[in-house]
Amino acid sequence: MKNNVFLMQGNEACIYGAIDAGMRFFAGYPITPSTELAEVSAQELPKVGGKFIQMEDEIASMAATIGASLAGLKSMTATSGPGFSLKQENLGFACMTEIPCVVVNVQRGGPSTGLPTAPAQGEVMQSRWGTHGDHPIIVISPSSVMEAYMFAVKAFNLSEKYRTPVVLLMDEVVAHMREKIEIPDKSSLEIINRKKPVVDKDKYLPYEDTEDLIPPMANFGEGYRFHVTGLTHDETGFPSTNPANASKQINRLLNKIEMHKEDIIEFDEYLTEDAEIILVSFGAVARSAKSAVKEARSQGKKVGLFRPMTIWPFPEERLKELGKKAKHFIVAEMNMGQLVLEVERIIKSDAVVHLLGKANGEIITPDEIMDKIKEVENIG
Amino acid sequence: MNKKVSTKVIVNKAWCKGCGICVAFCPTNVLEIKDGKVEIVNPEACTRCGLCELRCPDFAIYLGGEEDEK
Amino acid sequence: MASNLVEKYYRMDKLPHIWCAGCTHGTSMNAVVRAIDKLGYNQDEVCIVSGIGCSSRATGYMDFNTLHTTHGRALAFATGIKMANPKLKVIVITGDGDATAIGGNHFIHACRRNIDITTIVFNNNIYGMTGGQYSPTTPTSSLGTTAPYGNIDPVFNICNVAAAAGATYVARGTAYHTQALINSIVKGLENKGFSVIEAVSDCPTYFGRRNKIGDAVEMMKRLKELSVNVKAAEKLPPEKLEGKIIIGEIKNETRPEYTDEYQNLIDRLKEEEK
Repeated sequence: MKNNVFLMQGNEACIYGAIDAGMRFFAGYPITPSTELAEVSAQELPKVGGKFIQMEDEIASMAATIGASLAGLKSMTATSGPGFSLKQENLGFACMTEIPCVVVNVQRGGPSTGLPTAPAQGEVMQSRWGTHGDHPIIVISPSSVMEAYMFAVKAFNLSEKYRTPVVLLMDEVVAHMREKIEIPDKSSLEIINRKKPVVDKDKYLPYEDTEDLIPPMANFGEGYRFHVTGLTHDETGFPSTNPANASKQINRLLNKIEMHKEDIIEFDEYLTEDAEIILVSFGAVARSAKSAVKEARSQGKKVGLFRPMTIWPFPEERLKELGKKAKHFIVAEMNMGQLVLEVERIIKSDAVVHLLGKANGEIITPDEIMDKIKEVENIG
Repeated sequence: MNKKVSTKVIVNKAWCKGCGICVAFCPTNVLEIKDGKVEIVNPEACTRCGLCELRCPDFAIYLGGEEDEK
Repeated sequence: MASNLVEKYYRMDKLPHIWCAGCTHGTSMNAVVRAIDKLGYNQDEVCIVSGIGCSSRATGYMDFNTLHTTHGRALAFATGIKMANPKLKVIVITGDGDATAIGGNHFIHACRRNIDITTIVFNNNIYGMTGGQYSPTTPTSSLGTTAPYGNIDPVFNICNVAAAAGATYVARGTAYHTQALINSIVKGLENKGFSVIEAVSDCPTYFGRRNKIGDAVEMMKRLKELSVNVKAAEKLPPEKLEGKIIIGEIKNETRPEYTDEYQNLIDRLKEEEK
């Protein structure tokens, strides 16, 4: 047997992926079901000269993660439900100041303390809009342990490339499930590092309005002596209340993601070409959905699966195309209807959108999806 | 060799907010507030102790420059 | 037009600063700069982090690597910076509300870890930026916009909190005793560990006026009159120290520093691998 094949949990795989992507700092706080992310970081990071710190709370771990990134290390923090709520303020700071970092949120049953050990997908909207104000963000969601590894690499690459925080939105099933994973050869991984300034130190603009809308980033201690603030700032990084500047900055922030969304967005399709009913699911539920598609096909039903791997920005264009072809969309998600809102917005009246929502701490099963398919078929 | 480097008290009126701290604690009463800004009214008495500069919250008064002592 | 010191260490195009007439935050900020100057630190290797409030505006003026963070969180950000690059001299400038109310948890845990960060708390006994609400250091019975009938809250003694939580260098100074404040900051920066210097400051606009203490000069005189050196205080009975500001070195000890300890851990693992 090859020595790069392991039986591993999603949480473990995520950290191995992160370290292979160059993560050298992790600040965490214990919370179920994400604790293993901190534990494996504490175990593995010092072995590669990296640093782990258990902070006093979730707020502090988000802050330390941003600070470490600003000082030059690829940094991550991880949490779950209540902790994700606590991180929102500083997550917004990272969006505003454009500091690359990765935040893993292993979703569990909510609201509040909810069902700490049970799976859910209730942070589809919080991961997009949890912090106040208009802001850009990238959210990606793995469906398997192998993807937990690969998406950790992808999350760091996207955050470094676009100078933005990236949320790795997992769920308890993917986080705690153990399955086979084949760790790729490190030389085969594409690793992206932040774009560095090339100008003289006294000419550096930390928030320069570049053509690709991504300002080069110097690290603290490299001699650039710039200022970073959560206040609305201009290209120099210093506060500005000028409305024309504020408008320019917020537009650049949002357009930075919009402009590059083709590079950012990733999705998966299974038998959608001739499908009359298309399932839309992500994370662990997408696996139930795929089983349901197989079962439905064996019964001669034209059912397919559309799986967004990038949740935000949502793969809008492709879904719109599918909306012109299929009659029905069933959005199966472990919440009471979040992603379905986005699907409805995109599909409009091109097809009928149905929700299969569940938030009782149990995963949606293939049988439940089959029942929903039958129900939708009866509508015609 | 007839030029000796020394220091004198200098006021930057543009930055002075007229709080009066330098005036109140000057040991030799060199300063006064006039029209809301500090003014050097008794330069001969200045001992160049620098307390005004240390305490000024606005960096509006300091010891600096060179004095020609030919 | 400014002194060589100011021209060297400040972003001249950002001055004059926004603080009110007679607010001594400028004095305390300059004490930090004088301490850095005295130690001859390279500006590129100094990182200054602040939170939110009047004190936090200091970072915008100071020509170093500067980070203006969220309310109360400066120490948590600074901890990440110091861990990532222990070579940086990391300084936190914070206020009484920022450090001991919303940031209280970060404050005590930074003390506990003894991470090599020097924190200067500009304590003006009030929330100034929002217009004069009482803070954890507003004296009991004082007035604030949220204490219109007098504050019933007991106060935090910032230095005692820091010393008890594990900071290894703790001192208190005032804007009046500027030279002593500078000396304390120098010692704090020299301490390999977590240092807290409380810089007692005046807010004539919100604290002084509402509490009828008088103008900037009157408030400054009060700092002089209320201050008792820590050595003198040791000989005085508690009733004589009521309402006094005890200034000087409160604590100075040596304890393993956090980033050193982490490096030892990395080295140990490397050794074991051999």
